[in-house]
Amino acid sequence: MTTDLTRSTAAALADLLTQGSISAREVAQAHLDRTAEVDTAVHSYLHVDTEGALSTADDVDRRRAAGESLHALAGVPIAVKDVIATRGLPTTCGSRILRGWVPPYDATLVTRLRTAGMPILGKTNMDEFAMGSSTEHSAYGPSHNPWDLDRIPGGSGGGSSSAVASFQAPLAIGTDTGGSIRQPAAVTGTVGTKPTYGGVSRYGLVALASSLDQAGPCTRTVLDAALLHEVIGGHDPMDSTSIDAPVPPLVEAARRADVSGLRIGIVRELTGEGFQAGVRTRFEQAVQHLVDAGAEVVEVSCPSFTYALAAYYLILPSEASSNLAKFDAMRYGLRVAPSGISDPSAEQVMAATRDAGFGDEVKRRIILGTYALSSGYYDAYYGSAQKVRRLIADDFTRAFEAADVLVSPTAPTTAFRFGDKLDDPMAMYLNDIATIPANLAGIPGISVPSGLADEDGLPAGFQILAPAMHDDRLYAVGAALEARLTAAWGGAMLDRAPALAGTGAAVGPTRTKEA
Amino acid sequence: MTTQATAEATLPLEAALAAYDPALGLEVHVELNTATKMFCGCPTEFGAEPNTQVCPVCLGLPGALPVVNVKAVESAIRIGLVLNCQIARWCRFARKNYFYPDMPKNFQTSQYDEPIAFDGFLDVELDDGAVYRVQIERAHMEEDTGKSLHVGGSTGRIHGATHSLVDYNRAGIPLIEIVTKPMLGTGERAPEIARAYVATLRDLLKALDVSDVRMEQGSMRCDVNLSLTPKGADRLGTRTETKNVNSLRSVERAVRYEIGRQAAVLSSGGSVVQETRHWHEDTGVTTSGRVKSDADDYRYFPEPDLVPVAPTAELVEALRGTLPEPPVARRRRLQTSWGFSDLEMRDVVNAGLVELVEETVRAGASPAAARKWWSGEIARRANAAGQDVPTYAASLGVAPAHVVELEALVKRGRLNDSMARQVWDAVLAAEGTPTAVADARGLELVEDTGALASAVDAVIAANPEVAAKVRDGKVAAAGALIGQVMRELRGQADAAAARALILERLGQS
Ligand SMILES: [Zn+2]
Repeated sequence: MTTDLTRSTAAALADLLTQGSISAREVAQAHLDRTAEVDTAVHSYLHVDTEGALSTADDVDRRRAAGESLHALAGVPIAVKDVIATRGLPTTCGSRILRGWVPPYDATLVTRLRTAGMPILGKTNMDEFAMGSSTEHSAYGPSHNPWDLDRIPGGSGGGSSSAVASFQAPLAIGTDTGGSIRQPAAVTGTVGTKPTYGGVSRYGLVALASSLDQAGPCTRTVLDAALLHEVIGGHDPMDSTSIDAPVPPLVEAARRADVSGLRIGIVRELTGEGFQAGVRTRFEQAVQHLVDAGAEVVEVSCPSFTYALAAYYLILPSEASSNLAKFDAMRYGLRVAPSGISDPSAEQVMAATRDAGFGDEVKRRIILGTYALSSGYYDAYYGSAQKVRRLIADDFTRAFEAADVLVSPTAPTTAFRFGDKLDDPMAMYLNDIATIPANLAGIPGISVPSGLADEDGLPAGFQILAPAMHDDRLYAVGAALEARLTAAWGGAMLDRAPALAGTGAAVGPTRTKEA
Repeated sequence: MTTQATAEATLPLEAALAAYDPALGLEVHVELNTATKMFCGCPTEFGAEPNTQVCPVCLGLPGALPVVNVKAVESAIRIGLVLNCQIARWCRFARKNYFYPDMPKNFQTSQYDEPIAFDGFLDVELDDGAVYRVQIERAHMEEDTGKSLHVGGSTGRIHGATHSLVDYNRAGIPLIEIVTKPMLGTGERAPEIARAYVATLRDLLKALDVSDVRMEQGSMRCDVNLSLTPKGADRLGTRTETKNVNSLRSVERAVRYEIGRQAAVLSSGGSVVQETRHWHEDTGVTTSGRVKSDADDYRYFPEPDLVPVAPTAELVEALRGTLPEPPVARRRRLQTSWGFSDLEMRDVVNAGLVELVEETVRAGASPAAARKWWSGEIARRANAAGQDVPTYAASLGVAPAHVVELEALVKRGRLNDSMARQVWDAVLAAEGTPTAVADARGLELVEDTGALASAVDAVIAANPEVAAKVRDGKVAAAGALIGQVMRELRGQADAAAARALILERLGQS
């Protein structure tokens, strides 16, 4: 039987590498070959680092041969979302304004990947500055959903989710500000974790909304997510908001997959209207699986969630308007000379650059945020949003008294078609209705596949939320559900995705490949 | 509106104050002397090559994050305590959003409505000994910006420049901004109080050892807020903010000028424009800068990349234990111990010599000698060089030990006063230590009574008429003989001894 290394989980690859039955170079090369084969169609990557990945792989092979003791994931390759600073590798955040910017430093989590000996395959596509739910707001064209290339792979981290779903990488890093790891995972049939806020260092993560952003794993299995989470998690003195406490044992939780006696809270506000029928059906079946595994179900109410979206779309743009102010053409990135001005001032160059360098969604949110922070409006907008944020955190606190974890569908619908919501920002924003509350409260969440919706045969996601610093519960529940569902399906759900090999020509909107 | 280059009309201070009451406010920015910057580990040393003390954090590179410098927070708390402020139990940083090329993130990480220290006061002693209590509104932490250098224009200002260079070494240096409440009822003493406040603050911060407080290097910078209220009115008038008034003398002059200028505007029926103004050291005037309006909106919000600062009561109390003696009390104590008159003490204080005199006395000199040598020739030269005495002395390598040594030479009788002055001049000219100079120049009082006696006898013999006058009781005439004896011995004699011997020889002792 031929072994296609790209179909292996990270855990399986790690075992084969440790045994010495395969080399890190073989693993990296297999994934690079897969990318060469399918990424014209999927467009997961903005930048592929063939040389860097192979060089890291060779280094790992050499060290292993020399008998050095290596990290368990040494030689397992990974893709990194383009919003994470990587020394020597372009980091564009999906924006024209950072075209060609090569950071002189590594994000802390990248340093940890490199220390673990994990080859970085490349940088994945995303909505510009992580603003969006579809990658349609990437300045370099959208990524495509491997289940249906006419559909979105989720966003903002659609590059990472589609890379993992199309077997171009066993692991990827995403970032989640309002659902950008979990919603792409849901619509591509993969796993994605948003860790507890402060659980993974943000140093080197180009900020969208500092108080909401969190980097985390994108994988095909729950165990793989736990393995990656343990690599990147833990205190970082370079990030003041990083939690100075040990990460709970995540891999152990995923391996034990024990939910007996666990109280599963169904959030009333996140299961009702607005959720696609097939998504709801898969959700209810998943809950039943957990009950069969020994969990207990309770219903909880979080009334303030009604205001979550409104609060989120005040806090996020406010912070973003300030975070994105640094892109002024002075020190790095794009610089555009204003037309018709012979001797432009610094301010005129800055204005012309920001006009040309930012896309419409980014401009929309900068304007929203600038307005919300303006004197005279601050209390009504930013101030009120912060109050709602506290109320949502209070709702969670109460809910977690009744339940050990909370569950909901990850996204209200399966993957939509390109263009369906592009001209309707509100419809696009509503896609994050179930994921946003966790970011506002700083608690961890995971999305695991719950099956294919009956009406369209596309993946649906099951979201699990836990109290802050209890990320281990996500993995226990996620792994238990995954085991039952996989058994019921007779194999991994992604095995049922259409084959992409030889797909050839690009499908969907035109795009430009950025090197 | 155009920038006015010419001086505006002003009323004489007396006339201005007859009609208006000034309300004075001072904002002082102090660069802390921490080894590293406010939010990163870059060094803070002054004068390094441009852009050599930078990193992703202070350059504001995408993805970089700030971490608060604990030492800077401690300095801020100590400053707050010494200004008799309340120390916040919990406070946050805030972002002050505005675009400027020398500000890497296009927001300044500062504090807004939650300063680390607030509601304090500072007692300021004026020249005549009167004490004025300045109310402190707040002291807050923030980061400095980079520095723009405008090239190609004639003025060094952005106007007319062909291009600008930015040095980010200064970006992220910890700053404390100390803001007073409006000082009311100062009347004619407003300029003097302003100066005395800044001087007292400078001395205090120096004693705290939290800053170099070098106004000429920009480590202490002062903005003067001033408004006038017509006598009898109860609402404060429109104020101006004069930026970067960076010497004690300028603070006093700028206050005086703005009182006169605003009074002239108001008394001619005009109204004062709310604006920032530039201070011109050379001409002693302020000119209109940017007009301030309600459109100045910094969109402050709490800095989400930093956690709140929450100093424990134990920390605050521990820091309180490190505070130096208040300057006024310290000055009184030193004056008593040194036995200086009020005038002498004031001269020492105003010349910025307190620490130097103290150090010199500690090294073994008498207070009188310390005062004498540090406030004489070296003070004149330092002034000419535009420096304060301690800085100037340090640059020459002249130390308290030199004064101690010089005084010892005089006390031992090796040098008389004029010889000692000669030696000191040579020490200031870097010729060596006082002993080395005296040795090299062969300076030594003639103590050999034989040499003195024969010189006296020779001079009396050569001047029979003068000698006769002295013998007749005109003792004053002896001065001429003394002078000749000193010349004979090339100054290396004790004039008192020569005088005594002459009088003795001529029967007048
Ligand atoms: Zn730095």
